[in-house]
Amino acid sequence: MSDVLVAPFQFEFMQRAFVAALIVGTLCSTIGTYVVLRKLAFIGDGIAHASFAGIVIAYLRGLDYYVGAAIVAVATALGIGFVNRRAKVSLDTAIGVLFTGAFALGVFLMSRLPNYNVDLQGFLFGNILAVSRADLVLILVLSALVSIVLLLLYRPLLYTSFDPVVAEASGIRVAFIDYALLVMLALTIIVSLEAVGIVLVAALLVTPAASAYQLTRRFTRMLALSVAIGASCAVAGLYLSYYLHSASGATIVLLATLVFFMAMASSALARRRSRLSL
Amino acid sequence: MTAVRLREVTVRYERLVALDKLDLTLDEGQCLGIVGPNGSGKSTLLKTVAGLVTPVSGIVEVFGVPPRRLEPGTIAYVPQVEAVEWNFPASVADVVAMGRFPRMHPLSRFSRRDRQAVDSALEALRLGDLRNRTIANLSGGQQQRTFVARAIAQEPRLLLLDEPTTGVDAATEDALLELVRGLVKQGLPVLMTTHDLDRAADWFDRLMVVDRRVLANGDPETVLASGAYAGIREHSHVHGHARTEPGTVP
Repeated sequence: MSDVLVAPFQFEFMQRAFVAALIVGTLCSTIGTYVVLRKLAFIGDGIAHASFAGIVIAYLRGLDYYVGAAIVAVATALGIGFVNRRAKVSLDTAIGVLFTGAFALGVFLMSRLPNYNVDLQGFLFGNILAVSRADLVLILVLSALVSIVLLLLYRPLLYTSFDPVVAEASGIRVAFIDYALLVMLALTIIVSLEAVGIVLVAALLVTPAASAYQLTRRFTRMLALSVAIGASCAVAGLYLSYYLHSASGATIVLLATLVFFMAMASSALARRRSRLSL
Repeated sequence: MTAVRLREVTVRYERLVALDKLDLTLDEGQCLGIVGPNGSGKSTLLKTVAGLVTPVSGIVEVFGVPPRRLEPGTIAYVPQVEAVEWNFPASVADVVAMGRFPRMHPLSRFSRRDRQAVDSALEALRLGDLRNRTIANLSGGQQQRTFVARAIAQEPRLLLLDEPTTGVDAATEDALLELVRGLVKQGLPVLMTTHDLDRAADWFDRLMVVDRRVLANGDPETVLASGAYAGIREHSHVHGHARTEPGTVP
């Protein structure tokens, strides 16, 4: 058994992949707790797709793709917040308008390039095995930044997620907290792009937190369970993909989806037992 | 000392006038009741004082400064209808503890003082036995008491209550009355809207009749005897002045 667990670590790229998976799984499931409670599931998908425009612009300008993706992702996140507040449209409408606009910009720019040879599949579906030492440093730095901000804003984030109107009246700057969450969400998505890609990152944000929500009705427990599920699914999914020779991002997300259905069944069973005992 | 001062405050929702050149003064240690028909701007008035609504003209000052420039935790507001997600994973004690958040330093732990404030607010609102109950499993009256307890736990300098007795039983109303009067006696200014005029004299030091602008203002007995409120209620009844009528405001 220990051989099975240790075998993947003989390769340096797998060591880096496991560290990246653990960080991404932890970070996504932490911020995902707020995403689920604020009903922002669509936003993860939106910002991830919008970052595609940044990748194409970075290619045109000869910049690092992740820097381009990060700039466009943060700008889109702030734009979504701005449109939602100022144009008096619902958040999902603001997301729909801005992410499709940014994604269309990426497709438009790409269509005008005669020799576009960026590995699109890597961005769409992720390739955690290709995480370099430099990528890992970037992932670590951005994750540390996001974690510190989330820790500092823990109480205002919790209050504004539950009752933004009363929180605002009590003097909490709700707009600032909302924008800060959107920027942290954009950075988390960028950190996760190489691991699971544009298409699957939303699942890593939403599924562990949604699973935790099935199992508890207390916020701190939900947060802890979400992190435990997210981190363990990311690591276990990577193990599975190693032995099944499957795509790592897809395997991680499939495992998280399986855990979600197990949590749902467990919750339904607990409710049924509770009804029968009454 | 003056806690709240409004001078010629006008609030509009697009073209709709919600408050029209309204004047108001509330001193510390005073409980001011606001009455008026549905759509008369009572809730808008509280939201304006809380800094949630920005007037198009006039001056709003709370302790001498605009509401949004106050120290966090200064104002506690209990809305008439809480637009929260009832399936939020939180117990009664968790929600009441949120009242302590505005004043807390980001890295400070929940202190003994914070715990005491939460416990005494729970006790004051008779929620001690329900402290670990999930908010989704509360009745309407229990939910209302939870939000009042959160406001009390905040230990604010100004308390704004929007129809806090709606949907609560008589015993709870008595407990709430005793609690609010006790806080007022300690010097807390309270601004409260209500529909219930039967106990206005018990609740309020002053009563103000509002229908977008101030129609009457004074001690409860005098205001009620003046017939100002009865007059607009009669008018509302005859002319169908209800919440659903175009031109009314929240």
